[in-house]
Amino acid sequence: MSTTLVQGAYIVAGLLFILALAGLSRHESARRGNRFGIVGMAVALVATILAATAGTGGSGWLGLLLIVVAMAVGAAVGLDRARKVEMTGMPELIAMLHSFVGLAAVLVGWNSSYEVVAYPTIHDVEVFVGVFIGAVTFTGSVVAFLKLSARISSRPLMLPGRNLINLGALGGFVVLTLAYVLVREDSVFVRHLLLGLVTLLALGLGWHLVASIGGGDMPVVVSMLNSYSGWAAAAAGFLLSNDLLIITGALVGSSGAYLSYIMCRAMNRSFISVIAGGFGVEAGTAASDDTDYGEHREVTAEGAAALLTSARSVVITPGYGMATAQAQHAVAELTKRLRADGVDVRFGIHPVAGRLPGHMNVLLAEAKVPYDIVLEMDEINDDLADTDVVLVIGANDTVNPAAAEDPTSPIAGMPVLRVWEARDVIVFKRSMATGYAGVQNPLFFRDNTQMLFGDAKARVEDIIQAL
Amino acid sequence: MRIGVPRESRPGETRVAATPKTVEQLLGLGYTVFVESGAGAAASFDDEAYRRAGADVIDDAVWNADVVLKVTAPTEAEVERLRSGQLVASLMAPALDPDLVQQLAARGVTAMAMDAVPRISRAQSLDVLSSMANIGGYRAVIEAAHEFGSFFTGQVTAAGKVPPAKVLVVGAGVAGLAAIGTASSLGAVVRAFDARPEVAEQVESMGAEFLRIDVADEGPSADGYAKETSADFDAKAAALYAAQAADVDIVVTTALIPGRPAPRLLTEEMVASMKPGSVVVDMAAANGGNVAGTVAGEKVVTENGVTLLGYTDLPGRLPTQASQLFGTNLVNLLKLLTPDKDGEVHLDLDDVVQRGMTVAHEGQVLWPPPPVQVSAAAAPGTAVATVPAAPEKPTRQPMSGSTRLGLAGVGAALFLLVAAYSPQPFLGHFMVFMLSVVIGFYVIGNVHHALHTPLMSVTNAISGIIVVGALLQVGHDSVAVSVLAFVGILVASINVFGGFRVTARMLEMFKREEPAR
Repeated sequence: MSTTLVQGAYIVAGLLFILALAGLSRHESARRGNRFGIVGMAVALVATILAATAGTGGSGWLGLLLIVVAMAVGAAVGLDRARKVEMTGMPELIAMLHSFVGLAAVLVGWNSSYEVVAYPTIHDVEVFVGVFIGAVTFTGSVVAFLKLSARISSRPLMLPGRNLINLGALGGFVVLTLAYVLVREDSVFVRHLLLGLVTLLALGLGWHLVASIGGGDMPVVVSMLNSYSGWAAAAAGFLLSNDLLIITGALVGSSGAYLSYIMCRAMNRSFISVIAGGFGVEAGTAASDDTDYGEHREVTAEGAAALLTSARSVVITPGYGMATAQAQHAVAELTKRLRADGVDVRFGIHPVAGRLPGHMNVLLAEAKVPYDIVLEMDEINDDLADTDVVLVIGANDTVNPAAAEDPTSPIAGMPVLRVWEARDVIVFKRSMATGYAGVQNPLFFRDNTQMLFGDAKARVEDIIQAL
Repeated sequence: MRIGVPRESRPGETRVAATPKTVEQLLGLGYTVFVESGAGAAASFDDEAYRRAGADVIDDAVWNADVVLKVTAPTEAEVERLRSGQLVASLMAPALDPDLVQQLAARGVTAMAMDAVPRISRAQSLDVLSSMANIGGYRAVIEAAHEFGSFFTGQVTAAGKVPPAKVLVVGAGVAGLAAIGTASSLGAVVRAFDARPEVAEQVESMGAEFLRIDVADEGPSADGYAKETSADFDAKAAALYAAQAADVDIVVTTALIPGRPAPRLLTEEMVASMKPGSVVVDMAAANGGNVAGTVAGEKVVTENGVTLLGYTDLPGRLPTQASQLFGTNLVNLLKLLTPDKDGEVHLDLDDVVQRGMTVAHEGQVLWPPPPVQVSAAAAPGTAVATVPAAPEKPTRQPMSGSTRLGLAGVGAALFLLVAAYSPQPFLGHFMVFMLSVVIGFYVIGNVHHALHTPLMSVTNAISGIIVVGALLQVGHDSVAVSVLAFVGILVASINVFGGFRVTARMLEMFKREEPAR
């Protein structure tokens, strides 16, 4: 198979990948976009497999067999995971998939170090960059996966001088790279040692970076790792002089970076401060303040039901609590009942609600809530003042009036859903504990707020009973 | 506590301070309500309706109630009937009638002027000037239409073509906007002018053309009302009025400056230049008039056949509606005064709204109140009614333009240095990389917020393309390389297949509402 034909196939695949991402801009074209992606991937794989196995330089039948076996096993595992995953477990799955890209990038990088190439200097640098980014992505994603699936505590790890550790790792990487470039070709042992060292260094850095970020910053972390996995693929592309890998990696990398940017803006934080993991420190001090916020009022499920029946417009603002309580189906049922009674029910989604960008949308879609009543923060915020009842289900910091009104609050300036402007607010909560940011929420003590304590799913079902 | 609603004693007053509907609301606040017999007669509310609503209909003993609600300011005779400790709320014009305020203070009553509500958003629900001006603006156009000899709307009929009437509204406050809305809904061509250029948008939203004049310094006023204007401005505005007067059929003027006589906008010459049959409604007639020749409360026809209407009771000409709105404003005042809904008045003079309205309390004259600063033009510095502006956090100063430029320059120089020592193929790849990054940012910027999770899983799937690298390496000489490549293919395949599958699964769930419900 000629090289130019493979190149042509790569160009087609690259274009299809761009179309795949462009298709996701709207619900209507999203499924078509996904199919573009699948076709692009098929084109690229078929062309590559033919090029890799057939012909004189190819790996022949043995290579093809190995490829088929490896892909079959991978496909079986991947399809099985994709089929079984709960929508609430989506963040874990995404984090796990990131780690695979990182691992593959490390493996490809190691393998490439054996190649004999025309420009050894730049190739050596590319090997190191590829392995470094890949390894950071790998361990970072593994830690993110463990935290998201609650296998380890999601509390931020607070090592003394953690910024120095990160900077030191970067410095070490530069030094090792220089050494690798300068060591002569024939001192194989030293070169292997350096490659091993840089891998270990990157694995450690990836682990430390994510370990020091707390659970509530996970939307940023996951999209950041998404970005890294892209850059890892792009680095592998440079390494192999493969433009398709470069294009794809750059697309994915910029995609993840853009998502991280959106998430950070939604929390009014700088990207640097999130990846340096500084948020938990501030929150620790803020949680201990003992300002008198007054008394909160409780409401029963029956009371909430009565309030809902008399309302004309209802807005539901879900948060991570809805995901942990698996309450999305009950919420959808409640929505259906209220809409059948002629109540205008809509959803207001904060950009960082949940543990993944767009997490709440996926959960509500799973529960068959029509997507045209699910609005984002900017779309619904101005309507909240005209809303009769707002149901806050498992959200806390994203509806905190302190962000808008108290300039000394740690979350001051973070854009929030202004639910307190509605006539009545019902907050579903397990207890009066603070949210992720550790900041007390004055919303709970407002005159128009009533608290409904208990498991969100059970309470929503109680309301449906009472309707 | 008891609320008394007396019959209005001023001649020609048709309104009443409570309607059967607002009586119910007052009862809901815990008060008992007494209405003087015949109080609502002129506004089409008979005594029976008040009784049904739950009020006691009695004689003029209503003046003994703890709270007296009135429309117009109490007359001297009525002030005599008040006793110390009573609360009276009505229109009072404290700026124009300081004697009344003095008398009320001397009687020891708590007097709240419904026409002294601070112009802040929170107080809008009790602002009778707004609610009455709204009615007045509507009625002004209806009166004009009544006097005007032609249609307002343009028509093409079998009997010939009728041009639409041209209406000029001067002053785009509440009354002006109501007049604009009414005139345009009748089909007239409406133009409007106001000294505050920031109201242009509101005027245009009501369907009128906003006339502009070219003056530099007209900023929004601090208290939400129009202010007096500069000489240059006045000269240019006069030229505008002169030009418009000769052209339009109807003029409605609403220009008032609080506490001062109304500004004279149309001179005698301008009125003389108007077409015979034209109608001018001067809504400021009570305060001296905007138009030369108007007489307060009268209809005057000039020598050249222009009708000048100076009615001062425009809201009272819609007595039922006016009473309902006035009554609701009073209910909102009492809601503010009765936070516990226990039928007891709790006057809080620290509250800027209550303080602003209270002109006399416990023998003291409390007029004028300390100034409240607001801006009707949503300009920066709308601080008072809401929270104080948050002080900037000291961290994260945005970079200055020159710093950015400097950094970009250093970056470009470094890159050029690297490029100079790079091999040719690397730069070719770098070009591809750079363009892809740019495309990526633009494409992702358009992705719908709700689809961010599917976006991540699809990018996961396509970043599995790294499998291509491993595919090329498997099955070659070194066993170690093959093993590593094999593992690479395996894990990357998980991504490719799992990523696409889970994306498809999620997208399958995103459903629009079924069209047939």
